[in-house]
Amino acid sequence: MKETVDSLQAAHTLADTLTSAGHGGAEGGEGNVFASLLHHLSDTHEVETPFGAIHLPQFPPLHVAGLSIDLSITKHVVFVWLAALLLAFVATVVARRNARRDVPTGFGNLFESLVVFIRDQVVVPNMGEKGKAYLPYLLTTFFFIMVMNLMGLVPYGASATGNVSVTAGLAIIAFVMIQAAAIRDQGLGHYLAHLTGGVHWALWPIMIPIEILGLFTKPFALCIRLFANMLAGHVVIVSLIGLIFIFHSYIIALAPVGFALGIYLLELFVALLQAYIFTTLTSMFMGLGMQTEGHGEHEEPVHGS
Amino acid sequence: MEPLGLGYLAAGIGAALAVIGGGLGIGKLAAAAMEASGRQPEVAGQVRTTMIIAAALIEGVTFFALAICIILATK
Repeated sequence: MKETVDSLQAAHTLADTLTSAGHGGAEGGEGNVFASLLHHLSDTHEVETPFGAIHLPQFPPLHVAGLSIDLSITKHVVFVWLAALLLAFVATVVARRNARRDVPTGFGNLFESLVVFIRDQVVVPNMGEKGKAYLPYLLTTFFFIMVMNLMGLVPYGASATGNVSVTAGLAIIAFVMIQAAAIRDQGLGHYLAHLTGGVHWALWPIMIPIEILGLFTKPFALCIRLFANMLAGHVVIVSLIGLIFIFHSYIIALAPVGFALGIYLLELFVALLQAYIFTTLTSMFMGLGMQTEGHGEHEEPVHGS
Repeated sequence: MEPLGLGYLAAGIGAALAVIGGGLGIGKLAAAAMEASGRQPEVAGQVRTTMIIAAALIEGVTFFALAICIILATK
């Protein structure tokens, strides 16, 4: 967890560094504009709306076992809740509407195609038929991450996945699910035996720490990948827009705005891609821990066709 | 002030090297995937999926290096 806290601080200090760089590059009012642009990336205690900023309530930090834990509501927490509420509402409405008719239309059709894609292209090839039991978790992860990613591209929105704490939370859930799937499928004894790597007992002191480390690096990589991808895209857009304030020119504005539009469209793709990658890798890691008897079968029809 | 400046230099060079490595890796991967789906267009979908997963794994390692560089630059 130490690394997580460190990289969170690193993200904040990165924002501060870029802000001070913006101050150095442009004088007076423009520097402040650049600083306030960057401010949107970091987690703050206020939510911007078209009618001005709303200040969120702050609670005094809790003291548990010598640690002070700040549980006040921040911008990213609000957007996590918004994403969860939106998703719960939309998914419920779509599911009701799809259940009423044989062939889904419109938005229900879009939703169903995504669900079927995750089931048939991601979960079943990686985990076999048994993987369908874990489909609710994987689908929730996919749609939740997708909605959170896309919220950052809406004006006045923020992508909560650009905060390492949010992605760390998702990765912890993924870690628990990966281990639970492995233990449920193999039994605890076989699961522990797997940690020895099947080598001679004399090598166990080397093998077991490596295997245990391997368990933790997978979700850690998931966490960092999602966080870095979402933050990097936003930083690039801010940097491009910041060029206008550094150069003090309307003529030069044309190029950065064009580039920023391109990056924005790339972000739209990345938002979907990262949700897909997170889901695929989670299901792959879950599948690795499960004895999927159906591994060979799925390749057959593809080769045959 | 001087050691800090060298730290920034190291972070910059490190980030550049990490990106070169990641770019080479993903480039080679994409080239191989293109060739594979050119030879066997019927498995193009499967090749694409495998390519994206492998690209994500390479990217993950690159991001580890970049995170180290960011921590170095902001220390």
